[in-house]
Amino acid sequence: MTLLLAAEGHGEAVNEVVQATTGLLGLSWLIPVVPLLGFVLVLALTKTLRERAAFVAIAAAAVSFLLSVGVAAQMLGDPATYVRPIGTFIEVGGFEVAWDLYIDQLTTVMLLVVTGVGLLVHIYSLGYMHGDVRFARFFAYLNLFLFSMLVLVLGANLVTLFVGWELVGLSSYLLIGFWFEKAEYASAAKKAFITNRVGDVSFMIGMFLAFSVFGTLDFLGIIENAETLASGTALALVLLFLGGAAAKSAQIPLYVWLPDAMAGPTPVSALIHAATMVTAGVYLTVRLSPVLVQSVTGMEVIAWIGVATVLLGALIALRQDDIKKILAYSTVSQLGYMFVGVGVGAFREGIFHLVTHAFFKGLLFLAAGSVMHAMANRTDAWGMGGLRKVMPITFWTSAIGWLAISGVPPLSGFFSKDQILTEAYMHGYFGIWLLGLLGAVLTAFYMSRWFFLIFLGKPRFGHDVHPHESPASMTAPLIVLAVLSVAGSLLNPVHHGPLYNFLAPVVGDVSAIGYEAAGPIPELGLIGAAVVAGAIGIGLAFLVYVKGDLSRGRMLEPIRGTAAEVLERKFYVDEVYSLVFVRIGGRIADAMVWFDTRIVDGVVNGAGAGSLALGRVTRRAQTGLVRGYAASFLLGALVLVGFLVFSVR
Amino acid sequence: MEIGYYFALSALLFCVGLVGVLIRRNAIVLFMCIELMLNAINLTLAAAARMWGGPDGQVFVFFVIVVAAAEVVVGLALIVNLFFRRGTVDVDVPQLLRY
Repeated sequence: MTLLLAAEGHGEAVNEVVQATTGLLGLSWLIPVVPLLGFVLVLALTKTLRERAAFVAIAAAAVSFLLSVGVAAQMLGDPATYVRPIGTFIEVGGFEVAWDLYIDQLTTVMLLVVTGVGLLVHIYSLGYMHGDVRFARFFAYLNLFLFSMLVLVLGANLVTLFVGWELVGLSSYLLIGFWFEKAEYASAAKKAFITNRVGDVSFMIGMFLAFSVFGTLDFLGIIENAETLASGTALALVLLFLGGAAAKSAQIPLYVWLPDAMAGPTPVSALIHAATMVTAGVYLTVRLSPVLVQSVTGMEVIAWIGVATVLLGALIALRQDDIKKILAYSTVSQLGYMFVGVGVGAFREGIFHLVTHAFFKGLLFLAAGSVMHAMANRTDAWGMGGLRKVMPITFWTSAIGWLAISGVPPLSGFFSKDQILTEAYMHGYFGIWLLGLLGAVLTAFYMSRWFFLIFLGKPRFGHDVHPHESPASMTAPLIVLAVLSVAGSLLNPVHHGPLYNFLAPVVGDVSAIGYEAAGPIPELGLIGAAVVAGAIGIGLAFLVYVKGDLSRGRMLEPIRGTAAEVLERKFYVDEVYSLVFVRIGGRIADAMVWFDTRIVDGVVNGAGAGSLALGRVTRRAQTGLVRGYAASFLLGALVLVGFLVFSVR
Repeated sequence: MEIGYYFALSALLFCVGLVGVLIRRNAIVLFMCIELMLNAINLTLAAAARMWGGPDGQVFVFFVIVVAAAEVVVGLALIVNLFFRRGTVDVDVPQLLRY
């Protein structure tokens, strides 16, 4: 046990805070700005650039990536928390929010993932989106997304992070609804947008609370003062930020938008809905981990939501037939693992899983895109099969992605998932460990199903489709991501490996919580259990989908009857939501509308109508008869005299 | 003589004028009635001034006479104009200012 899981990192070195205005870090503001320029340039010159727009966008992504590599190199040489002052954003009284960039080890990791995977997806899109009517606009949006995500990652305070947070939401909306001619796609985009707004409310309230407690929204100020938090306030903060993170990272109960988001072009699914934006919630929680550790209860909530999401996503993925939907639910499930990591105090393992997941899930999505490209945009896994020979590169790279996510050593997915589960066990969460292990079995099973149905067996598609290998612009990113999916293990091959130590200064210190192992199982036993879990899943899927008689089609599925129905209908969550929020919410909204139009508008219009009516009556007094006026004059005079007489007396 | 008699006569004259204004339709008669009311007031003012031995009331009478004269100038012009346009001096006929 001590072999791999060395002593918990107690009393870690805390970063020195450095104001950086020179060198590469001084230029770090270019990292988000270059893609923004790319976005503006491509949009402005769509007509002139045409197909060349892609190269402008790719160049912008490449510059960002190179700058990020430079920042990473500097960070490795001299780790510290660098603050790059840019300028003031908001200044009201004593409240100040700056545009400053905040670059520490966590930011560096995120920068590399975002720009690296982003660059690969840009290149991939060159082939995938070829011939699309809005080709240039697609690349503009990709650049906009890159800019937004980089603002999110680099922001030195919650407000700047929130600006990026909203901008990625916007980019995601634009890209999900990219083919908005189909009403279904447009409504998927709206669903994503609205579900995220629910989380944003929670996030914003969290920000207000954070400001009222800390008096600042800067990460530096929050992290330094986190220890002074009262436990109740800490719990509230954790839960509020969890609400925001759950929407962005598709956790229960706000995960419903992610599978629908698959309506967007596949590169978008890979970049935004698998590798980068959806991990923003994990990033946020890890960034605020010094606050998190003040409330163990809050962290337990995160862990349980995470593990519940793992199982829910995995169970639904078991009976989906759309190759992108399977991956989407898989993403929901894998993000659950990251939240488990955060919840059990394994922040760095969570980030490790975030990185490896970006590699292998990006890879799997791009592979799915390649398959769709070959199959004339068909997505039903039952209508595929036998693509192994036709698409060798896609086949081999997918195989790596599949083995990585299924938790086969020594691929990266194995290490990152196993480390989260081990940490859960070592921190005393036996139930979460066990459920996580079950999730691993299910993951291996449904991913094997995905892989076997697409690539193995005899072709099950008609003669009207002629699958072919994708162009080099698509296969090259696949190969790079496949290499990364393997090499990702090197980041943290043992429990307290390089990445773990690299991230040490930025995460909350869990040593004060006093975790104790849940039982006597040594670490090698836990690793063994994880390997066995993956093997069981793959083995079962092999028996069913390779050894089984595929000609029986869906009759072959091991889960049948009501259970299958429930899984296929995704536990009826969408139906429940549409009942509760759309129907009942609609009723409430209708009542509100009625109240507004009838009562509120009624009062206002009533006042107008009332004075009109009063005028209509009283104008009758204006007869134009002089003597009538004289008479009323007299009457008034008499009244006045009478009044005087009575009051004098 | 008691001042009350003066006041009583004044009130009587005023009421005659007032009733005339209210019931007659001929504009010229209305004018005469208004003059009557003004003169009733003048009588009161003069009587009171005499009784209390102050000059104020008598001065005020001059003012009233001046205002009445001015009123007659404007009013007669209006009446003449009205007669030329409508061929009548009935004050109920011109109703341009009704609602």
